[in-house]
Amino acid sequence: MLLYILKRLITVTPVAFGVSIVCFLLVHLAPGDPLSAVLPADATQQTIDDMRAAYGFDKPLPIQYAIWLWHVLHGDLGVSIATGRPVAQEVGRAVVNSLILASVATLIGFTFGVFFGFVAGYRRNSILDRVASALSVFGVSVPHYWLGMVLVIVFSATLGWLPPTGAGPDGSGNWRPDFDHLRYIILPAVTMAVIPMGIIARTVRALVADILSQDFVEALRAKGLSEFGVFKHVVRNAAPTALAIMGLQLGYLLGGSILIETVFAWPGTGFLLNAAIFQRDLPLLQGSILVLAMFFVALNLIVDVMQTALDPRIERA
Amino acid sequence: MNVVLPKLGARAALAGVVLLAATSASLAQGTLRIGMTASDIPLTTGQTDNGGEGMRFMGYTVYDGLINWDLSSATKASDLVPGLAESWTVDANDKTKWVFKLRPGVKFHDGSDFTADAVVWNLDKLLKADAPQYDPRQSAQGKTRIPSVASYKVVDPLTVEIVTKAPDATLPYQIAWVMMSSPAQWEKLGKSWDEFAKHPSGTGPWKLTLFAPRERAEMVPNTAYWDKNRVPKLDKLVLVPLPEANARVAALRSGQVEWIEAPAPDAIASLKGAGFTIVTNAYPHNWTWHLSRVEGSPWNDIRVRKAVNLAIDREGIKELLGGLAIPAKGFMPPGHQWFGKPTFDVKYDPEAAKKLLAEAGYSTAKPLKLKVAISASGSGQMQPLPMNEFVQQNLADVGVQVEYQVVEWNTLINIWRAGAKADISRGVSAINYSYFIQDPFTGFIRHLQCNLAPPNGTNWGYYCDPAMDKLFDQVRNTFDKAEQEKVLQKVHEKYVDDALFVMITHDVNPRAMSPKVKGFVQAQNWFQDFSNITMATASR
Repeated sequence: MLLYILKRLITVTPVAFGVSIVCFLLVHLAPGDPLSAVLPADATQQTIDDMRAAYGFDKPLPIQYAIWLWHVLHGDLGVSIATGRPVAQEVGRAVVNSLILASVATLIGFTFGVFFGFVAGYRRNSILDRVASALSVFGVSVPHYWLGMVLVIVFSATLGWLPPTGAGPDGSGNWRPDFDHLRYIILPAVTMAVIPMGIIARTVRALVADILSQDFVEALRAKGLSEFGVFKHVVRNAAPTALAIMGLQLGYLLGGSILIETVFAWPGTGFLLNAAIFQRDLPLLQGSILVLAMFFVALNLIVDVMQTALDPRIERA
Repeated sequence: MNVVLPKLGARAALAGVVLLAATSASLAQGTLRIGMTASDIPLTTGQTDNGGEGMRFMGYTVYDGLINWDLSSATKASDLVPGLAESWTVDANDKTKWVFKLRPGVKFHDGSDFTADAVVWNLDKLLKADAPQYDPRQSAQGKTRIPSVASYKVVDPLTVEIVTKAPDATLPYQIAWVMMSSPAQWEKLGKSWDEFAKHPSGTGPWKLTLFAPRERAEMVPNTAYWDKNRVPKLDKLVLVPLPEANARVAALRSGQVEWIEAPAPDAIASLKGAGFTIVTNAYPHNWTWHLSRVEGSPWNDIRVRKAVNLAIDREGIKELLGGLAIPAKGFMPPGHQWFGKPTFDVKYDPEAAKKLLAEAGYSTAKPLKLKVAISASGSGQMQPLPMNEFVQQNLADVGVQVEYQVVEWNTLINIWRAGAKADISRGVSAINYSYFIQDPFTGFIRHLQCNLAPPNGTNWGYYCDPAMDKLFDQVRNTFDKAEQEKVLQKVHEKYVDDALFVMITHDVNPRAMSPKVKGFVQAQNWFQDFSNITMATASR
């Protein structure tokens, strides 16, 4: 097992290295000058050159990359051009905010997904099934920035029940799960939850239907177990797969959503990326993409290791 | 008993309401929350970033310049007024030497005194790279604004002398850009601008009390502000960055903010219908085509320049924008103090345009073809795509074929800096660019002075006319304000009469606000004053 983990860790290193090169190159190959967004439009060439030298943009790309990598390996993601604040600090704060949003969204998506899935699976081809299935298909197919805007129009602009933007009455600095802050999370979290809800609902429906058609259920019923008792067995059999799907969905949501976070001005990684892209804030862009990419690399590694631990048959080469 | 209790309850509630109303009337002038278009809180250390919006919200609120802009009137064009300097004069014998007499008794928010030392310290912050307080970020924003300053020194605690590189009567406009940060606060915070950004200290009417990057900034009144007329009446001013136009409208409609900058034009009608106020006013902005005058450019023929100017239906563009535009009659907005009396009437006259084009040798067989760089969006660019399509259609009507090179906003800025001859300009003969035209330099000189052609400046089209340069020299050497204004009028007359730009429209700086917002006067300026605003207590 340890050997396996070690092996996986070794294979992750070139992947991480590749990711860092791609991050760096993508950002530098994109058109646009990082300084033009920061300097006043009529800054003189001298000022621009000074700034360029100050940020090291005058050096050849491979050298810029080497310098950046060296700093990154020391835990220093650099300083944002637009704000002058350390990138690590900015990304750190945004990751926490995205985490909060993703957790709440997953919770909502999972609860409703499982509920609809069970209802549909149990009452297959009934009206309830049709409604639940329609809702889940709607969930996976609706463009969520559109849904976000519609929710804002209905619940914020028209009814005035929920705030449409931001992370709390005083920003995200003192975020805590109290009523004042949770009001702000409802709309973005619901918007974000519809996709995992749809996916989970459809998976659970198929699972439940499959389990219900298996012989052991027949046997349980035959031995006179109450319908609730049978239900408990179905839940136990469906749980591992449903949880695995939820884990995957959580992983996707943690990456933050540029569209949702921008529509709701939620100060997470998506919002940060959007700002960084529009301001050509290269260090910030590189830093946040790298952190997110590494996040996925780590997530993959953990999933692989966990699967091996749970099921020794999956000894991957 | 059953009957009495509710009555008692009602009385108590009524008493409570009366009490509440009484306290709020006597104490509170309320909180105003503003949704900005910037995606971040502008730089808080003094010399702000984020262009005009940055200065509006984080410059003239927390800080003052030696010279400020008069933001008190909506009806007359905004001009300079004494700020931290009570007066300034140029030496009668040496026109490069300026003396600024400072306002006595002014204190920074941290309690330290504002003196001549602080002025020199702040200029060093921008210009002297080896000064301990030199701040590259503020310097990048501020240095470009004061190109004429050669040296400066303390004469006495309330007098500063500034020497310019050459005589330059536009110096006061340049000095109005420089915001004064507190040296004492910077020292106290371990000589760190990063710390200063969190706890800034200026002399302005507002004190920053909360700074949450990318999310929120809060300010409270500086009750000790030196100009008693500008001590804020509100309890609190809150700034929220909301770069997405629809999110801004939603925030306003749901009551999360009471004021938004630049509502989307297609939201205006519904906002008005819902009882929100749309405030607009003329301000020194224009939306033009800046023309290339390099060899071979079709714009070198004045008949072409005039014809294109006459072919554009500006009222139609105004309608396209839901009325949120002022059709151009010149380079400056109509009614501006520098407008003068140009003889060329900028109007919609397609027949005259056709005639001029025919005179210039163009016909259906040999049509005039133009290649123009435009952006898809951008600060101050209004709605560049539909507006340019409209212009394209207008020009097609008189037989001119326009081909657009649509580039991203930052690329357009780079094209504009690089000049018409640069490769990056891809052979276009004009660029669609909107301008901040608030002072003589940004308004006129930078666009057309011979020696400001790239890379020395932003005379994008390489225009060069000795007669114009002579006028610019006169502007710089006319130290009497009224006389200088007359010269500036002559400059503008030449801009219009020679049709040096395709003058299309001016923005009206629309902002939407809740009817609760009272007392706001939208000055004809890029900057605004928030001091006299109050919030009506009745809820919407």
